[in-house]
Amino acid sequence: MKEGFPAAAREALANSQLRRNLGHATSTIRAKRARVVGEVPDWEALREAGAEIKDRALRHLDVHLERLEEAVTRAGGTVHWARDGAEACAAVAEVARAHGSNEVIKVKSLASDEIGLNEALERAGIHAVETDLAELIIQLDDDMQSHILVPAIHRNRAEIAQIFHRELGVDVSDVPAELTAAARAHLRAKFLSVKVGVSGANFAVAETGHVVVVESEGNGRMCTTLPEVLVSVVGIEKVLPRWRDLEVMLQLLPRSSTGERMNPYTSIWSGVSDGDGPREFHLVLLDGGRTDVLADEVGRDALRCIRCSACLNVCPVYERTGGHAYESIYPGPIGAILTPQLRGLDNAPTLPWASSLCGACYEVCPVKIDIPSILVHLRGRVVRETGTPPTERVAMAAMARVFASRRAYEAAQRAARFGRGPLAGAALRPWTRSRELPEPPSQTFREWWRERGA
Amino acid sequence: MSAARDEVLARVRAALRDVPAGEPVEPPGYEPPATGYDPVQRFAERVADYQATVREADDLAQTIARVCGEQGANRVGVPPALPAEWRPPGVELVEDRGLSPQALDALDGALTGCALAIAETGTFVLDGAERSGRRALTLVPDLHICIVERSQVVAGVSDAIRALEGRRGPFTFVSGPSATSDIELDRVEGVHGPRRLEVLITG
Repeated sequence: MKEGFPAAAREALANSQLRRNLGHATSTIRAKRARVVGEVPDWEALREAGAEIKDRALRHLDVHLERLEEAVTRAGGTVHWARDGAEACAAVAEVARAHGSNEVIKVKSLASDEIGLNEALERAGIHAVETDLAELIIQLDDDMQSHILVPAIHRNRAEIAQIFHRELGVDVSDVPAELTAAARAHLRAKFLSVKVGVSGANFAVAETGHVVVVESEGNGRMCTTLPEVLVSVVGIEKVLPRWRDLEVMLQLLPRSSTGERMNPYTSIWSGVSDGDGPREFHLVLLDGGRTDVLADEVGRDALRCIRCSACLNVCPVYERTGGHAYESIYPGPIGAILTPQLRGLDNAPTLPWASSLCGACYEVCPVKIDIPSILVHLRGRVVRETGTPPTERVAMAAMARVFASRRAYEAAQRAARFGRGPLAGAALRPWTRSRELPEPPSQTFREWWRERGA
Repeated sequence: MSAARDEVLARVRAALRDVPAGEPVEPPGYEPPATGYDPVQRFAERVADYQATVREADDLAQTIARVCGEQGANRVGVPPALPAEWRPPGVELVEDRGLSPQALDALDGALTGCALAIAETGTFVLDGAERSGRRALTLVPDLHICIVERSQVVAGVSDAIRALEGRRGPFTFVSGPSATSDIELDRVEGVHGPRRLEVLITG
C-alpha cells in the first residue's frame, strides 16, 4: 500500500481509456447477469441456500477440512497444509522439483496470485505459464489484474496485439478472434508436453473429496487433465460440506459471474483415476490469513465469497476507479472487506472507505454477504485498532463535548455562522475538497424560538 | 501429521469459539421448484443458444457420417466401448486406448456419448465411463460430436447432481464450445477446448 485507495483512485480516474473500458464491461455483464438471474424462478431461495451452505461450512470448518483431507487421501491424492503463502508456494515448488520439471502450466487462480506463486516459482527456477487468455496478456506485459473475472479488461485490443507481437513474435491483427487464435497456437504445445499442472479450485467437497474448477476457455481442462502431476492450491474457505451442495453453487456461480446459464466447462475430479488424467494429485490447503478473517464474527461472512465478481460490476466506485486502485488481487466491494482482513487492517486501512455504502453489492451477492455492514464494522475496527484516521476521531470527540452542553452548542452555532467554527477549518478539508459546505442559516432555531416567545 | 496441519486446525478452532456446541455441521437441504416444460426440447434450445449445432437424429449412424463429412472429419477418436449402431460408415474410427496427447491432437475429431444432460442449462455431462471416454479424448481434438439419448435428459442442475451422487467421476460438464470474453468482452467461440461442438439427440 502506498498512500492507499484515495491516492490510487485519483490516478485511475484520470485514465479515460480505463473508464471507457470499464464502463462498457460492467454495463454489459450487468445486463447479461440480470437476464439469466431473472429467468430463475427461485433465485432468492438459491441465494438463501448458498449462504447457509457456506455459513455451515465455515462455522464447522475444522470438521469439514478433516473430512476433505480424508476423502482426498482415500481417492489417491496427497494433502498439504500451508499456514501462509510461502509454505504453499514451497509445496508447489517441491512437487515440480520432484518431477524434474522447470516449467508448469497454470490455470487462472486468484489464490495463487494472492500468494505470489509465479514469482516464488521463478525464484526456485521454475517458470509458470499462465494459460488463461487474460492472465497470459497480464503475464506477458508484467501487468496487474484489474477484475476478478476479466483481469485484462483495462487493456484494449490494439494494446494486446502489440503485446503479442513484442512478446510472442507473432504478427496479428487486433481482431479478438485472431488474438485468441494466436494464444491458442502459442499454448497448444505447452498443454501437450508440460508435465506439471497447477490450478486453484472453486469448490472442494468435504464429503467426497471432489475438487471443482469452473471455467470457459478449456485451459482449465487442459491443465487438470493432460499433465502427469496436478497441484491445486485451495484456500481453506473453499470447502463445501456435501456433494449435493454443488446443486446450489453450480446454479449461483455462472449466472452471477459471466451471466451465463452455465459456463462452458466444469471439471470435477476426486484424487486420481486409472488411465484418465494425472497420475498424481496434490491438494495444498492454504490458510494465509483466512483464520484471522474467521475469528471476526462479523467479518467472517466475507469468506463465503465464491469469487463471481457480480459486486464489482454493480459498484459505482469500482466502475469509475477500476481494480488497480484497490492495490490487491481482490478489487471492488469484496476486495474492500477481504483485503484488509487478510492482510491485517494496518496494511490496508483505507479500503473500508472505498465505498458509498449504496448496498448494490449486497443485493447481487449470490451468497448474501452483507458487504455494507461489514464495511461499517471494519471502519469501526480501523478507528479503534489502528488509530487512523485521527482527524475524524478528534473531530467526533470535540462534537461529543459540544453536544453535551447547551452553552457550548450555542457558542459553536454562533461560531459556525462566521465560518470559523472548529469543523469548518482544516479538519473538514478532506470532506470539502469535493463537496460544498452548506451555508449556516443567519438565525438558529433556538434564536428564532426565543424571539418569537418574547 | 505436519506442524502446519495442527496449527491451521488449531487456529480454525480458536476462531470458532463462538459457535455453540451441538450445532449441526451440515446445511439444511434445498428443494428445486417443479418444472412444466419438455426437457428434450428445452435442452435442444439451450444448446443452440451456445452457438453449438444441435440436431435430432433417428438414423444415428448416417447422421454422424453426414456431420463428419460436413466437418471434414476423416479420422475420429472414439471410446473403445462405443456401441456398434453409433459407428458411422465411411469414417475411420480410432479407438482411444490411452492415446498420447500428440496422437489425439492429430485426430480430426472425437465422437462420444455422455452420462446425462441438463435441459435448463443446455449442458451434457461426461463421466469418464464407457460412453464418455477419457477426458483427454473430448478435449484435445478440435471437434466434439456428442450423442445424447432422450432418456438421459434431466430438467435441472439439481437433478443432475443428485443422479451423480455417490459416483466418483471424473466429471466434465460441457455447455457449448469453449469460449472467452477476455478481450474487450467480445465473445470469441473456440479457445483451447474443441472449437466446434455438434450435439446429436437420439433414442
